[in-house]
Parts: sequence; structure tokens; C-alpha cells
Amino acid sequence: MSKILVIAEHLGGRLNTSTARAVSAALAVKPDAIDVLVLSDAPDTVAAEAAKIDGVSRVLTVAKAENAHPLAAVLAPQIARAAAGYSHVFAPSTTFGKDLAPRVAALLGVAQVSDVMSVEASHTFKRPIYAGNAIVTVEADAAHTVVATIRTASWPAAASGAGSAPVEALGIDAALPTHTRFVELKQGGSERPDLQSASKVVSGGRGVGSKENFDIVYKFADKIGAAVGASRAAVDAGYCPNEMQVGQTGKIIAPELYMAIGISGAIQHLTGIKDAGTIVAINKDGEAPIFEVADFGLVGDLFKIIPELEAALG
Amino acid sequence: MKILVGYKRVVDYNVRIQVKPDGSGVVTDGVKLSANPFDDIALEEALRLREKGVASEVIVVGIGPADLTAHLRNGLAMGANRAIHVVTGDAVQPLTAARVFLKLIEKEQPGLVLMGKQAIDDDANQTGQMLAALWDRPQATFAGKVAISDGKATVTREVDAGLEVIETELPAVITVDLRLNEPRFIKLPDIMKAKSKPIDTIEFGSLGIEAHEQLKTTYYAAPPKRSKGVMVKDAAELVAALKQKGLL
Ligand SMILES: Cc1cc2nc3c(=O)[nH]c(=O)nc-3n(C[C@H](O)[C@H](O)[C@H](O)COP(=O)(O)OP(=O)(O)OC[C@H]3O[C@@H](n4cnc5c(N)ncnc54)[C@H](O)[C@@H]3O)c2cc1C
Ligand SMILES: Cc1cc2nc3c(=O)[nH]c(=O)nc-3n(C[C@H](O)[C@H](O)[C@H](O)COP(=O)(O)OP(=O)(O)OC[C@H]3O[C@@H](n4cnc5c(N)ncnc54)[C@H](O)[C@@H]3O)c2cc1C
Repeated sequence: MSKILVIAEHLGGRLNTSTARAVSAALAVKPDAIDVLVLSDAPDTVAAEAAKIDGVSRVLTVAKAENAHPLAAVLAPQIARAAAGYSHVFAPSTTFGKDLAPRVAALLGVAQVSDVMSVEASHTFKRPIYAGNAIVTVEADAAHTVVATIRTASWPAAASGAGSAPVEALGIDAALPTHTRFVELKQGGSERPDLQSASKVVSGGRGVGSKENFDIVYKFADKIGAAVGASRAAVDAGYCPNEMQVGQTGKIIAPELYMAIGISGAIQHLTGIKDAGTIVAINKDGEAPIFEVADFGLVGDLFKIIPELEAALG
Repeated sequence: MKILVGYKRVVDYNVRIQVKPDGSGVVTDGVKLSANPFDDIALEEALRLREKGVASEVIVVGIGPADLTAHLRNGLAMGANRAIHVVTGDAVQPLTAARVFLKLIEKEQPGLVLMGKQAIDDDANQTGQMLAALWDRPQATFAGKVAISDGKATVTREVDAGLEVIETELPAVITVDLRLNEPRFIKLPDIMKAKSKPIDTIEFGSLGIEAHEQLKTTYYAAPPKRSKGVMVKDAAELVAALKQKGLL
């Protein structure tokens, strides 16, 4: 008998699609119930969105002023309380879930399965290690609650719209720490599609050469309606902000189309794009390792090729 | 203030990982081992805090087999004052590693624990958060910038949405991201000096930690390979190919 609690990720009153992806993984366990837990200062709009996701049995809300920002130290004790009676607690493997889930697991005294790629059985999962160079099958002890983070790139978002799960307020009185305070969130404020859920992504690497040059990547991405990503080298060099990094230590993404421009294809970068549908590489070095994994490769100078691509698009 | 630094030895990031044909593990015999790159960054940050006078002592901690000594000497050569080696030949999962750190904290009473945000072998990204929970102290994960003053840490965290700044009381656990700093290189005289720095050895068994690991890894597989595609000759051919697949 499985009962799964999915922790909702949200920002600015909007549910993040990572939540519906975690629900997909929960559905794969074939549980008796999937409840979504929304912790917020004002959970109503987020809860209403979560209630529409197919397969969700109930949406549970905990409204507290302390929950205005996702501080793991504050949220974890509440989740640990709410977890009673559940066989599994799932959170998306985003920075939100990665920060939070281990704290919940430790409070429950249980191990955590990180980055679940597939569900083999109720307590058996596959996950990547060594930057995705090996995939391990992991069995969790059925005597304990399974706390897991869900590798969002491996799961489609569960369909939304048909569901109408009941929303219930949960009273949780856990002692909440005051030793951690939110100060601010600095966002890029981009109008472009979200990197983690976009169907097309154009990424630039060190080959782009400067922050100013990156404009040609943005311009091309806008032309085809793509999100923009970057290699670590490009972020380190200050060409673009950290939230654009794709790879082992950046974002793991699975767009239908991924275009790597001026990126060599280091293993840590490839980790982030293994599940992309079609990979296109544009690089002036015909020996660059990126061509080993690219579905379409084009050798040449990106500063010449990008304008040509734009022209060919009409 | 003392700083405790997690200093894990892992397969070097340049090594091409091979999965054993029988699925029992990955090949680690004879491969190059190095400090987890994130742990070098954690250590560098601790050393800088000592150089600024914020910290008085930096202690590197390794949990692992008897031959971990040479690795810990590298941490000492980089500049740590001393090392603690918790000796175990068994695989240690993050919850157990966190319990080990908690035991060491009870003894050492550090003002700060710095760790990597993840180890690049198991990529678990758990140990620091678990430790903070067990210790009932603040955590600041994915740190891209750390400032310590007036008994508080102000940490800029690299999160999916951008940069989040939080403030925590001390002691706290901070896990570090790649852009926090660039670790220094070890110089030859430092290697000589490190030889006389102390390494405390503690048998895992003597810590009284229940080592019941709840996760069993039953099989290792190589990831599905992406096959090499085709080379196109110019931009027009590329656009045509992508249009044909319905991608543009
Ligand atoms: C622990 C660890 C974690 C890491 N995590 C990540 C991660 O998450 N993401 C990540 O991306 N990296 C990561 N890295 C770094 C990774 O190893 C590489 O250093 C990085 O991906 C290289 O970025 P790049 O391909 O842009 O740069 P380079 O390797 O320098 O490649 C630049 C490429 O641009 C091409 N080029 C140059 N000029 C032109 C031109 N005019 N036209 C066309 N092509 C051109 C060159 O031929 C070259 O192939 C990590 C490394 C470590 C150690
Ligand atoms: C001899 C030996 C063999 C092992 N064999 C296997 C195996 O075959 N399969 C398997 O799944 N696991 C194995 N492990 C366990 C594994 O290597 C990790 O120690 C454990 O799973 C923690 O995961 P992580 O490092 O990815 O944690 P993370 O949570 O990603 O680590 C984050 C940070 O915690 C600190 N930290 C974590 N562990 C240590 C440590 N040991 N010493 C110092 N600091 C640490 C570091 O600062 C690190 O950057 C083995 C361990 C040992 C000692």
C-alpha cells in the first residue's frame, strides 16, 4: 500500500512545472493516493493549480507567514510532521528540492534516493552517479518512508486540467527555527522561455567569446522561440548569469531541440543534456567531443553560421 | 572559531568512468583519485576565513579506508591545521556520513562546517543538509558567496531562479558551489610542512553510530549511448533537416 506526499515547488504564487513532473514519478509507483503539499504564506492560487493535475488525490496546504520563502530549515520540520502515514515523500530535484529533501530525510532518520530517473518497483529506483556515467539500481528499505528527489528531465509533466482534487488546510504545530532568514532573491527577469521546461534551448559556450557577443545567441534564440543556456566556462567568464548553466552542477534539461554553440562537449556539460531529443552542435573544431553526441553537426565559425541560420529561416 | 571541512576523496573528474561488465560497480582499481573538487573549494574558503582572522583553526575531515592518509595530507598541504580521519572500509551513505560529522562536532564545537554541495562520485547532494538537520542548525546550500560578521553568515546561494541571499546565525553548515572561489595550488614547501601536521585517526566503530545502510545498490549499468549523428555542410542544410523533423 503506497501513499505518496509530493512537495510542491512554487515561486511568486505560481506552481513550478517540476511539481507535475514529480507527480508523474509518483504515478509510476502506482500508489493508492498522491497528495500534494503546498507550504506558503498564501497557498490558495498554488493549491488551485496543483488540484488540477491528473492523478492528484488531495492538495494539502499549510499557510504560515514563516513559509513566505522556501527556507529548508523552516519547511523541513513541517514536512516531517506531515509525512506521517505516507510511504513516500517526493520532491523535484531542483535546487529547491535538493536543498529541502535531505533535511526532511534526516529528520525522519531515513536515507534519501537522489535524482530518480525511473521507478522499477515501489522501493526500487534508477538514478545516475558519476555525472551520469553510470546508472545504478537502488533498493530502499521498505520498512522506512522513502524520501526521494525526482530528476525532472526524466519525467514529463503530468497532464493538467482534468483533475479537481479537494484542497484541505493542514494544521501543523511544529517548532520553527528563527536562525535562518531570507534576505532577497535576485532574478534575471528574463522574458524568454524557462530553461528547465522549454522545448527548445540554445546554449553558448566559451567560444562565444564575450558578454557582448552573447547577444547573437539571445537574438537567434528569440527568433526560434528558444530558452538560452550556457556552459560553465561561459558563466565563469561572466558572459551570462549562473542560472543559465547547463550540466552536472547546473541544470539538467531535456528539451526537444538542444543547440550547442561554441561548446566543446565536456562530460560535465553533456550530463545536463543526455535526454535532449535532438542535439545540434556548431563548433569550429571538427574534433570537438560535442560532435560525438550530436545528431546534427556543423563545423564552422559561429559568428558566420548564426547569421546564415537566421537568413535560412527567413 | 574552528571550521570543520568535509574533504572527500573521489575518482578524479577527468577519469572516464567504466562500469564493470558484470554490473557490480564501476572500475576504481588503478584510477586516479583526487579531492572532490567542491571540497577543495570548501577548504579554500575556510583558509581564506582564517587568513581574514574570522577563523582560528581549519580541520579537514575524511571518512574512508586506511589509505586515505595521503589524501588528507594534501588538505594539510593546502593549509588546514590538522586532519581527522574516520577509518572505515565500508561504503558510507550520506546519512551515516552526517552522523559521523555530528559526533565530531560534539567534540570539536566548530563555529562553521563547510562541505561540497555534492560529491562528484555519488552526486547525492545530501550530506550537508542532513548534518544541519541532525545538528538542528542553519544550512546554506549552493553557496556562491559567503560573508561572516557579527556571528552571522550572509550567503548568496546559486538557485534555479537566480541568486538568493540568506542570513543565518552561527554555527551553521554551508555547502559550496563552483564559483565561490578558485582553490590555491599546493606548493612544494607546503607538502614538506604538512608531514608534521597532526592527523587524528578515529575508528568508525568507536563512534557508536548504527551503520545500518538503508539503500542497497543492486546493479550498475552504463548509460544508454547517444549515437553519433550526421554532419551537415552548411546552415541551409541544417535548417532544412530541423524543419523536416518538425523542430523549427
Ligand atoms: C566538478 C566539475 C563540474 C562541472 N560542471 C559543469 C557544468 O555543470 N556545466 C558545464 O558546462 N561545465 C561544467 N564543468 C566544466 C567542464 O569541464 C568544461 O570546462 C566546460 O563545460 C567547458 O565549457 P565550453 O565548452 O564552453 O568551453 P571550451 O571547452 O573552452 O570550449 C569552447 C569551444 O568553442 C569552440 N569555439 C571557439 N570559437 C569558436 C567560434 N568562433 N565558432 C565556433 N566554435 C568556436 C572551440 O572549438 C571549443 O570547442 C565542470 C567541471 C568540473 C570539474
Ligand atoms: C571505501 C568506500 C567504498 C564505497 N563504495 C561505494 C559503492 O560501491 N557504492 C556507493 O554507492 N557508495 C560507495 N561509497 C559511499 C560513497 O562514496 C559516499 O561516501 C556516500 O554515498 C556519500 O555520498 P556523496 O559523497 O555523494 O554525498 P554528498 O552528500 O554528495 O556529499 C556532500 C559533501 O559531504 C562531505 N562528505 C560526504 N562523504 C564524505 C566522506 N566520506 N568524507 C569526507 N567528507 C564527506 C563532503 O564535503 C562532500 O562534498 C563508498 C565509500 C567508501 C569509503
